[in-house]
Amino acid sequence: MTESLDTYKSQRLKEENPSNSIRAMNFKSLIYKWAVFFAMILSLLSGFGIFTEALAESATPSLEETLPDLLTKSFKEKTLVAERIAESADPRSVKLLEAMLNGKLGYIKENKTMVYMNKVDKGLSLTDALTDQSKGTLKKNEVKKVATNNKLRKTLRGLIARAQLANTDSTVRKQSVLRMLETADGVAITALKNQLETEPKKEIQELIQVAIDLNKVRSEPHQSLHEIQNLSSRLEPEVRNALAAIASNETLKASDPDVVDASVKSLKIIDGKVSFYKKLETGFFGLSLGSVLVLAAIGLAITFGVMGVINMAHGELIMIGSYTTYTLQQLMPSQIGLALVLSIPAAFIVSALFGMLIERGVIRHLYGRPLETLLATFGVSLVLQQLVRTVYSPLNRSVESPSWLSGTLEINSVLSLTLNRLYIIAFCLVVFAALYFLINRSNIGLHVRAISQNRQMARAMGIRASRVDMLTFGLGSGIAGIAGVALSQLTNVGPNLGQGYIIDSFLVVVFGGVGNLWGTLVSGFSLGIASKFLEPWSGAVLAKIAVLVFIILFIQKYPSGLFPQRGRAAEG
Amino acid sequence: MLKLLKNDLGGRVFLTILVLTTVFVPVANLLLPPDNPLYVSSYTVTLIGKYLCYAILALSLDLVWGYLGIMSLGHGAFFALGGYAMGMYLMRQIGDRGVYGNAELPDFMVFLNWDSLPWFWSGFDQLWFALLMVVLIPGLLAFVFGLLAFRSRVTGVYFSIITQALTYALMLAFFRNEMGFGGNNGLTDFKDILGFNIQAAETRVALFTASAVVLAAAYLACRSIVSSRLGVLSMAVRDAESRVRFLGYNVTNVKLAVFVFSAMLAGVAGALYVPQVGIINPSEFSPLKSIELVIWVAVGGRGTLYGAILGALAVSYSKTWLTGAFPEVWLFALGALFILVTIYLPKGVSGSIETLRKRR
Repeated sequence: MTESLDTYKSQRLKEENPSNSIRAMNFKSLIYKWAVFFAMILSLLSGFGIFTEALAESATPSLEETLPDLLTKSFKEKTLVAERIAESADPRSVKLLEAMLNGKLGYIKENKTMVYMNKVDKGLSLTDALTDQSKGTLKKNEVKKVATNNKLRKTLRGLIARAQLANTDSTVRKQSVLRMLETADGVAITALKNQLETEPKKEIQELIQVAIDLNKVRSEPHQSLHEIQNLSSRLEPEVRNALAAIASNETLKASDPDVVDASVKSLKIIDGKVSFYKKLETGFFGLSLGSVLVLAAIGLAITFGVMGVINMAHGELIMIGSYTTYTLQQLMPSQIGLALVLSIPAAFIVSALFGMLIERGVIRHLYGRPLETLLATFGVSLVLQQLVRTVYSPLNRSVESPSWLSGTLEINSVLSLTLNRLYIIAFCLVVFAALYFLINRSNIGLHVRAISQNRQMARAMGIRASRVDMLTFGLGSGIAGIAGVALSQLTNVGPNLGQGYIIDSFLVVVFGGVGNLWGTLVSGFSLGIASKFLEPWSGAVLAKIAVLVFIILFIQKYPSGLFPQRGRAAEG
Repeated sequence: MLKLLKNDLGGRVFLTILVLTTVFVPVANLLLPPDNPLYVSSYTVTLIGKYLCYAILALSLDLVWGYLGIMSLGHGAFFALGGYAMGMYLMRQIGDRGVYGNAELPDFMVFLNWDSLPWFWSGFDQLWFALLMVVLIPGLLAFVFGLLAFRSRVTGVYFSIITQALTYALMLAFFRNEMGFGGNNGLTDFKDILGFNIQAAETRVALFTASAVVLAAAYLACRSIVSSRLGVLSMAVRDAESRVRFLGYNVTNVKLAVFVFSAMLAGVAGALYVPQVGIINPSEFSPLKSIELVIWVAVGGRGTLYGAILGALAVSYSKTWLTGAFPEVWLFALGALFILVTIYLPKGVSGSIETLRKRR
């Protein structure tokens, strides 16, 4: 009897662990790493040609002259050397500073050659920092790292940001300005001002202006009334911090009350905007949860809504779709994206076959006895779960996401939408549209509707009822399989995947009104959005309970759901 | 009583077996030496006691499913609520013998840094109060839920699904630590009941006997209900709800009365179950448990009362045996049971026996 406890525990854990947001967070650091990587590639590509030119025209000492100075132990001197490296305007400087920041710059003890160090199995693989030639692999104790401390690292970050300010790639430039927002002063501001004159992109121009304004606000707050008012249109956290510091500054309150007032005012405007975008984000999360619910429930809307069959194995048909995705990825590990695309039709076919098997083997014998159908299909769900446990494993499996699915669409510094959620919403709408078209416009759809409205009459008109039953059930099950493909991108795939969705799916269908595809769409989205808006002040579990209780009460008041069927079909 | 069982051969057979077992098991456990071939170990006593609790629970479901035509997929919730009420009493009995030695608070509350006992725990140090709650709380929930559902004429599969949602919601709620019922781990580590050590062989036999007596009493109570005017009415509601309504009967009240009684009975079953297994946790609310309960009744045959008991005992025993011997096979077997019984044995074992008897 304990197995069900574990089942529900793991289910709960999964629900409380929004793996997507973790993915999204990782992604931010990924963007940063990409930007750096890009910069490194660029500097490598531009190579020697530019290097010689730079040597010829610059009066500042070349990298070859500067670099040996890094051998010093004093962090103060290292800071100075780092600044000289940055000033050299050498294309290799960014890579050098990055390596220093990440602890990957070192020198060979024997001949004091500066090298980049990369960890390999036995020791460190080395590349000459100046010529990029491989220096082979050495043991750890033959190489010494250029040590850094916090202060030096902070300087390094600033220097790198400044060096990247002139990068030809606008995203790198934007990132560098963003990184300078908090600390930029003195030299950095001069660099920013220079960049402002030549910057072609309006977005970055504005951002640079923010950095300059922020610097003024920080350094001479009593004279920056105008800047404070300007900054109210920005959402960057650094702006908010700086303004909050002024708003709570007591001495400034005594000397320049209007400056403090202005920053309080600006803060209010910013906070208003931030909370607006937060609401927008919650709405987006709600939409994505809603589309998951719709995907899970839409197949049920066919089998339960149109055919009137209670299929408790619906969740397991979803699970089969997920396992199909997993299996395809195992078969072609190098082509994860392709496997995912292929698994959409594959999951449809596999789940549809299982569904038709269930219909032929079990449900066909039980038409007109809904309670027995419920029990028998529950038995099917138990068998399918155990089958998966035996064939695969009782453990959860993770399905990988192709790179084009992961990522974020950054609207501004407060609101960023994760791509996989966006895709799921779009996917849900596409599936819904296809199904809607199939049911309402195609020949088979016509037959399905005819059978569900008046079985006897439809048969008299020459429709082969039992074949249509089988195909309809196959269709509903196939859609469940497609939902499984989508779910595999959001959570881990396990034998209990389906169980978590079965009650929700039934409630979505019943809430929307049985036999009504639009009702399912509307109820899925509204339940998703409602529970996401409830979550912040009640917690995920309570929100779920609240939604369940709401639906229980709702069904008692309106037993036929949001969009009840009217006319003769309603009495069937 | 004999009049009640006049037409109930199955009931007579069942009650006879129950009486014989209730006499034999305590004697075999307490008086026979362990090396005697007829000796019954304390483990077995508790195991049978557990099955008897399941039988009471199955009886309560048969009353609503077999005679009222309502398939509740949330009957496990009433069972668990009764169990929690009993568990709370047993928790209070621990006193200062918990791990933290706090006489005022159960261990999990000390662990969660609670200062005082929540208001809904007050009174549970008295057995009579706990026993009152064992029937009152499931009864109250069934009353409110049933009133809402039956008044708006939610029937058939809709009712089944919302009862399942109900027990699912309760499960999620009881998993929360903030609820004050021990969260994930539930209530356990019980020491004694009414001052007797809960682990002692004598206490176990007493609990077993109590379960058997309650089962017999419950059987007679259910039999008298289904033979009464209320029972006849409820069968009429099962077969033709609208017609009964048109005849001028208040269908809602009939359904409510039977449903509430059934929920109370389920609560009692839970209360007897908890001291014997020694733990109650939120997994008792899981929809799977409730649906397993439905299959007991389906296998045994609904609408005969003794069939439900037969099903509960047979399925629970095979579960114990299969999960021990072939753990992989159990879910396959249970699933196959669901499918085969509904397709080939719609009336269950007892129903098929009755049909055979009538034919002869």
